[in-house]
Amino acid sequence: MASKAIFSTLRRSLTKPHGGAVSRRHHLSTTSAATASEPYPGDEHAIVMKGVRISGRPLYLDMQSTTPLDPRVFDAMNASSIYDYGNPHSRTHLYGWEAENAVEVARIQVAKLIGASPKEIVFLSGATEANNTVVKGVMHFYKDKKRHVITTQTEHKCVLDSCRHLQQEGFEVTYLPVKTDGLVDLEMLREAIRLDTGLVSVMAVNNEIGVVQPMEEIGRICKEHKIPFHTDAAQAIGKIPVDVEKWNVSFMSMSGHKIYGPKGVGAMYVRRRPRVRLEPLMNGGGQERGLRSGTLATQQVVGFGVACELAMKEMEYDEKWIKRLQERLLNGVREKLDGVVVNGSLESRYAGNLNLSFAYVEGESLLMGLKEVAVSSGSACTSASLEPSYVLRALGVDEDMAHTSIRFGIGRFTTEEEIDKAVELTVKQVEKLREMSPLYEMVKEGIDIKNIQWSQH
Amino acid sequence: MMMIRQAAKKALGLTSRQSTPCSVGIFRSYHENVIDHYDNPRNVGSFDKNDPTVGTGLVGAPACGDVMKLQIKVDEKTGQIVDARFKTFGCGSAIASSSVATEWVKGKAMEEVLTIKNTEIAKHLSLPPVKLHCSMLAEDAIKAAVKDYKEKRVKTNGA
Repeated sequence: MASKAIFSTLRRSLTKPHGGAVSRRHHLSTTSAATASEPYPGDEHAIVMKGVRISGRPLYLDMQSTTPLDPRVFDAMNASSIYDYGNPHSRTHLYGWEAENAVEVARIQVAKLIGASPKEIVFLSGATEANNTVVKGVMHFYKDKKRHVITTQTEHKCVLDSCRHLQQEGFEVTYLPVKTDGLVDLEMLREAIRLDTGLVSVMAVNNEIGVVQPMEEIGRICKEHKIPFHTDAAQAIGKIPVDVEKWNVSFMSMSGHKIYGPKGVGAMYVRRRPRVRLEPLMNGGGQERGLRSGTLATQQVVGFGVACELAMKEMEYDEKWIKRLQERLLNGVREKLDGVVVNGSLESRYAGNLNLSFAYVEGESLLMGLKEVAVSSGSACTSASLEPSYVLRALGVDEDMAHTSIRFGIGRFTTEEEIDKAVELTVKQVEKLREMSPLYEMVKEGIDIKNIQWSQH
Repeated sequence: MMMIRQAAKKALGLTSRQSTPCSVGIFRSYHENVIDHYDNPRNVGSFDKNDPTVGTGLVGAPACGDVMKLQIKVDEKTGQIVDARFKTFGCGSAIASSSVATEWVKGKAMEEVLTIKNTEIAKHLSLPPVKLHCSMLAEDAIKAAVKDYKEKRVKTNGA
């Protein structure tokens, strides 16, 4: 009798549909908010999450953090998931051979994009793993002779953290400062090179400010001194022309989800001539030339390959489209607002990354008002500590300007309507916040903010 | 019989309880009060700094990312604060904290507003620990405004 009651409750719980969390995944369009007008009460498309109410899905302008999957990549991955389920490292049967074939095709696609040989590509889980493997692996391999690493202050966190880890192990690291436009000073690089320098790591395109480093010159310097050159090209491949011969790189990290491919996959380029050695991070069955053991996720790799091939085909067109949208965004904002600063060099820049600072307005409050636009900020309040973004500080941006930056990411699928709407919303919010800002008021009255003695606590 | 059913339901976690709306936020869940003050800020603006009935408190620093200016208009005879205005450069929590501060000082005596604690502001807005300094700054702004007004009175009376 008692057991009957328990079992019937159990049965009811298993068959009852889960009524809890909101899940609006069917709404795939990011342009829905572009055409939506002012939100009115009772709007059935409104989404309420984390205490915020938005009238539709926000415009996606955060392409540097990740990109949506290109539908063609999805098609390839879908087919591969279902059909290529064999383990690509199984040598003994057709299923393994087919999966291996799919992986090798992807390898050729990735290699073509960067001008390398397929034998030099190693697949792994992402650019973070690639950066970790190279920085730690190279230095551990040559630890008897080489004890010094050179990198920049604006590198991605995973490179900086790997270097910090090496420092704890007893290696020495030089973090090169950058100029105010974000570019590395080549003279400083030359001076920093020592006899025991084992690796130079400079990212090709910065994820926060979008500046493109002078890769050919750095490559030349490294070749002169015979030092392996590593670059984190996660934001660069498929967007600017990348050639491992021209740049003279020995190692390159690549990421799938920054070029409209899947998340959870990336690749590492390891030069074969002249040969550079590194210690693997993942030990095991010796897959991927012994540099990264583990079964490959076939459909992820296939997706990455297709994304690279598409990027190669459409790079020129994307560049024109994105450049056009960037100008539209910048001019649209500059027409209506003053005190707009572009962080980082405007000439040596990837067009899809626009990092703007709005004077006298704080970044997090602007983001809070821009809830219909998905962007990111380099402000202190958005990071866990109260420190503003380390990249902006490395640029030498004034502390108060470092709190005010917003990063707009434009991509292949961004439309003109989205840009126009983003301009409109940004201008509106900035004007509203400037009304509320004591700094703006002081500037309008003619007081020089830099000369005030602030009372901190 | 019913009790066993209830017990089974509880064991499976099916009892109805007050469900919080969607906020599975690990962090960065703005309380609706904060958003309300951000979308509809009360008392934004300025009084004339040189008006003898106005006390101005300017606290914070742009380097820290927070600057608050709080102004109070005091009735000279009764010592009551009749009106307040604020302007803030800072995150949503800072704006909300100063907006709340201006609401709370209106209609109170100066000695009374000096007792407003940052913990009360933080509780009203459900500020997470990382944002507590915003409420501290609001408390400092109130105190600075009162101090400024008192100093002004001393000057006009003494001079």
